[in-house]
Amino acid sequence: MADKPLRITSPLGDADIAKLKTGTSVLISGVIYVGRDTAHRRLAQALDKGGKLPFDIKGQTIYYMGPSPARPGQVIGSAGPTTSSRMDAFTPRLLQAGLKAMIGKGDRSPAVREAIKKYRAVYLVATGGAAALISKSIKKSEIIAYEELGAEAVLKLTVKDFPAIVTNDMYGGDLFEQAKAQYRR
Amino acid sequence: MREIKASKITEAVARLCQSANFELGEDVLKALKKAEREEESPLGKEALRQLLENARIAREELLPLCQDCGTAVVFLEIGQDVHIVGGDLNKAIEKGVSKGYTEGYLRKSMVRQPFSARVNTKDNTPPIIHTEIVPGEHLKITVMCKGGGAENMSRLGMLTPGAGRQGIIDFIVKTVDEAGGKSCPPVIVGVGIGGTADKVMELAKHALLRPIGEPSPDAEVAELEQELLKRINDLGIGPGGLGGRVTALAVHAEVMPAHIASMPVAVNMQCHSARHKEVVL
Repeated sequence: MADKPLRITSPLGDADIAKLKTGTSVLISGVIYVGRDTAHRRLAQALDKGGKLPFDIKGQTIYYMGPSPARPGQVIGSAGPTTSSRMDAFTPRLLQAGLKAMIGKGDRSPAVREAIKKYRAVYLVATGGAAALISKSIKKSEIIAYEELGAEAVLKLTVKDFPAIVTNDMYGGDLFEQAKAQYRR
Repeated sequence: MREIKASKITEAVARLCQSANFELGEDVLKALKKAEREEESPLGKEALRQLLENARIAREELLPLCQDCGTAVVFLEIGQDVHIVGGDLNKAIEKGVSKGYTEGYLRKSMVRQPFSARVNTKDNTPPIIHTEIVPGEHLKITVMCKGGGAENMSRLGMLTPGAGRQGIIDFIVKTVDEAGGKSCPPVIVGVGIGGTADKVMELAKHALLRPIGEPSPDAEVAELEQELLKRINDLGIGPGGLGGRVTALAVHAEVMPAHIASMPVAVNMQCHSARHKEVVL
């Protein structure tokens, strides 16, 4: 079995980030923000123009996700991660602005991996396609920006024991590289 | 001549969109369970356990298996003695997709004008429709809900005959390797070989409809599938790309004749959430 998961609370402090090493399983509680393709383009554009972001990004966690609609009485529909690499072009800009953690699926570009080291941040993955299961850890969801984007709007989530794995840590560790080295024949 | 009402087609498509998104096929579940037993990597094993648990929750609570409820790809097998009455066939299907996605609380992921405004069409239309006319008086409708992440990692290779069998293998293995964790492994790899640039991609997608693990009826193609599966699983990408033995659950190939100058190869990547359901009217 994998090691017992580490419980952490978002927003993450510098001491938390320092503890998160590649390969560690975690259960995240607290507040995380949701943003994907178009939201990222808009956030990066706002930063470049010196404008204000719809939320204070310093120290925060962004989850790359676009949920299915909630049925009446539900907090959210299914809510699994989307492919992170589509956000790569905008990520170094957001890390520079203070973003500390990202959750998605799949590997990141060399530029993002460098920026994670430089800005002492962390990248985690959740299990792609485990969307109904992951939705159980989301206790509250509110739209805070770009409502017109529908499934691409920026959300603020309150989560409890959201399951994820650290793939890229601030020390330059990369689980995707390690995995290949270990299992490739 | 047999008459089939367009409204009946709409109802059938709507139901298929929902059942595909809520109920993972028995063949996929069986393959995931086998993978969970065999996976050596602890992180990979845990990801597979989560996927089986996810399938149970989705089925019991009518929650979509994946938040990406996909592009609706509809395969029609129309008996040549069927007459569709009471409406336009394509519109009936489109209406079914709209109804299924809206009433099922499925995510609508289609955007208009992909290169500019990208405004959501709000009901997941249009579907992609493949039509085949066959002898008989039945109508078989298959709805595949195809997620964007894996579809993005699909590739077309206009190889030439000199590349040979080895060239085909190398192209396919490289495609899966580059996809890594992005296409939600363990994947099912749909392969098309032969035909033309357009047809070969369709073959690759159609190959994904075969029950997982059922070999090609052509012995030589079945052997190629097995060799590809071994090469792909030796990549070590593993469930979620976090390392492991199970990168693909199956490789399914469809082959047809090609021009003397050509050897087209297509790879259509399918994530583990392989959602398709069919009905015969």
